[in-house]
Amino acid sequence: MNKELTKNLASGHSACAGCAFPTIVRTILGESDVPVVISNATGCLEVTSTLYPYTAWKVPYIHNAFENAAATISGVERAYKILKKKGKIKKEIKFVTFAGDGGTYDIGFQSLSGALERGHNFLYVCYDNGGYMNTGNQRSSATPFGAATETTPSGKMSFGKMEVRKNLMDIAAAHGVPYAAQANVAYLPDLKKKARKALETEGPTFLLVFSPCTNNWKFPTSQFVSIAKLATETNFWPLYEIEKGKYKINWATEKPKPVEEFLKTQGRFKHLFSEKNKPVIGQIQKMVDAEFRRLASLVE
Amino acid sequence: MTKNSKKLALTGGYAAAEALKQINPDVMAVYPITPQTPIIEVFSKFKSDGEVDTEVIHVESEHSAISACVGSSAAGARTVTATSSQGLALMNEILYIASGLRRPILMLVSARALAAPLNIHGDHSDVMGARDSGWVQIFCSTPQEVYDKTIVGMKLAEKVKLPVMVIMDGFNTSHSVENMEILEKEAVQKFVGEYSPEKYLLDIDNPVTFGPVALQNSYFEFRKDLSDAFDTVEGELEKIYEEYGHISGRSYKKIEKYKLEDAEKILVAMGSVGGTIKDAIDKLREDGEKVGLLEISLFRPFPYEEVKKALKDTKEVIVLDRNLAFGTKQVLASEISHSIGKKVKSVVYGLGGRDTFQKQIMDLVKGDNQSGYLL
Ligand SMILES: Cc1ncc(C[n+]2csc(CCOP(=O)(O)OP(=O)(O)O)c2C)c(N)n1
Ligand SMILES: [Mg+2]
Repeated sequence: MNKELTKNLASGHSACAGCAFPTIVRTILGESDVPVVISNATGCLEVTSTLYPYTAWKVPYIHNAFENAAATISGVERAYKILKKKGKIKKEIKFVTFAGDGGTYDIGFQSLSGALERGHNFLYVCYDNGGYMNTGNQRSSATPFGAATETTPSGKMSFGKMEVRKNLMDIAAAHGVPYAAQANVAYLPDLKKKARKALETEGPTFLLVFSPCTNNWKFPTSQFVSIAKLATETNFWPLYEIEKGKYKINWATEKPKPVEEFLKTQGRFKHLFSEKNKPVIGQIQKMVDAEFRRLASLVE
Repeated sequence: MTKNSKKLALTGGYAAAEALKQINPDVMAVYPITPQTPIIEVFSKFKSDGEVDTEVIHVESEHSAISACVGSSAAGARTVTATSSQGLALMNEILYIASGLRRPILMLVSARALAAPLNIHGDHSDVMGARDSGWVQIFCSTPQEVYDKTIVGMKLAEKVKLPVMVIMDGFNTSHSVENMEILEKEAVQKFVGEYSPEKYLLDIDNPVTFGPVALQNSYFEFRKDLSDAFDTVEGELEKIYEEYGHISGRSYKKIEKYKLEDAEKILVAMGSVGGTIKDAIDKLREDGEKVGLLEISLFRPFPYEEVKKALKDTKEVIVLDRNLAFGTKQVLASEISHSIGKKVKSVVYGLGGRDTFQKQIMDLVKGDNQSGYLL
């Protein structure tokens, strides 16, 4: 494998074929010109990259627990501050946290909020695969409306998850962080630009990255990029950034594809295509349109 | 009094903060809870006045406090925290991770009751709940001890690469004033020395992965290594106490004996109740009762051998627990019983800050209270 690509996260991890997060991690870390130290929440990325006695991490790395990756990096970052002041550490170092959507939107929400509020100098990356994948695909508050998971299965009385995704971008931005951006693994130049900006910005920064899961979204491993692309082309996952409170949409088209195009590629939405559930697709389309209009209205 | 010491009147909480100031740790991550608050408030004032260099992280929960401590310690910084009660219970998950990752974190605990019902006063429920989490646990019975054992605890943690709790009784010790001696800052600095970890996150040229997944083929060995590390604690603590004795003139032991030589009955206890018991013993001895006190200072690892030696010829052993274990024997009573291989008389006292009086101890020794409680 390309040496430059794997200089931070080696090949030989045990993530599924067609998993998006190795690309996300490598792309983001590749944008740092200075050494990085990583904290990682429990989840798929962690278990597939650190199986003792091996590690895929070529950079200093700490996994503490599921809900405390942000608190953990808070400690690392402050340790750096004081040890640098005392002259014990000379180098410039950046701090990056990786966590799944469960470790971010749900159980790690408080820890993230605390770290953003305290203003630590670090980048928090949430790779959002829309569920608790490591434990076998249970719903999280990032799971899309209508998706079937093991804890929100479709059935006679249910069309899957009945609640709308939590809007974490606005929540992160409400902490007054200098930079937050939503990105997608299918748009690497955009992801790189955002990673660089986030890493170069002083203070806490936040990236929310779309990360398809072949196993639990149920699509062929070869499709992760094309499905991720559809998410943005349908406005299901707009690319945008919030810089010092200012919203900017980074990709838009006159004629977004119908959200159905995205939904039909994945087994988790298959049940929506039944006669009974068809109206749900219409509902999702309305939600996507409304959310994009809202976003557009926030852009100056 | 040694030449480099100074006399002061301090509470246990203040004494802890004073010791921490003199240690001048790199990082302290804390969240307030009564009766730990004096420690972190006094320390924060030291920080505001520029008397310490420490980065104080005012986190949003105890879970994050200990999580940040693990991060800071793994980064290579000398790290401390302080908590009580619900806070310690909230930390529970990460206590095991701190010890599993062999992080030499020092934690001051103002031991307090656990809810429900809510109660902010002293007992040992919180620290007993953390007793098998891989932390060394050292009990103090006076503010002087808190000061001394904070300094000793820091050195011990880094020596044995284990996290250490230094425990005082909430309010009884944390908020009561005692005349005590403190050392010069330089002496403390010299005693604890520079912290130089072998492996740490900020050592960019030697990347380490902390906190990996370890399955059936290796997890067991990791846990056994941790257990083996506990076998080194008693010896190292003895050495550190001895060294501390040289600079302070105060000598400490894993267990403290009071009038044991000829004792036919021995009371066993931990923490601030020791003072009341000693007074009771003095009175009882006037009446011809041959009674003594064994104070357990080092609770984890438990000093079975020493305890056995101290109690082996005693007719009657009465163990006082300031914690109520449900559906089983009391914790300290079980440990003592295990040490000497015979039954002990077990009694629970002081829950939720309930006062314990000399007379109650005297009645207990005389056999007038068989209820198992000092209610
Ligand atoms: C306190 C705690 N609760 C539950 C778990 C079990 N658990 C481990 S990973 C995980 C899900 C992770 O989901 P996410 O953060 O989205 O990451 P992903 O696995 O999807 O990459 C859960 C529920 C845990 N490790 N710790
Ligand atoms: Mg997930």
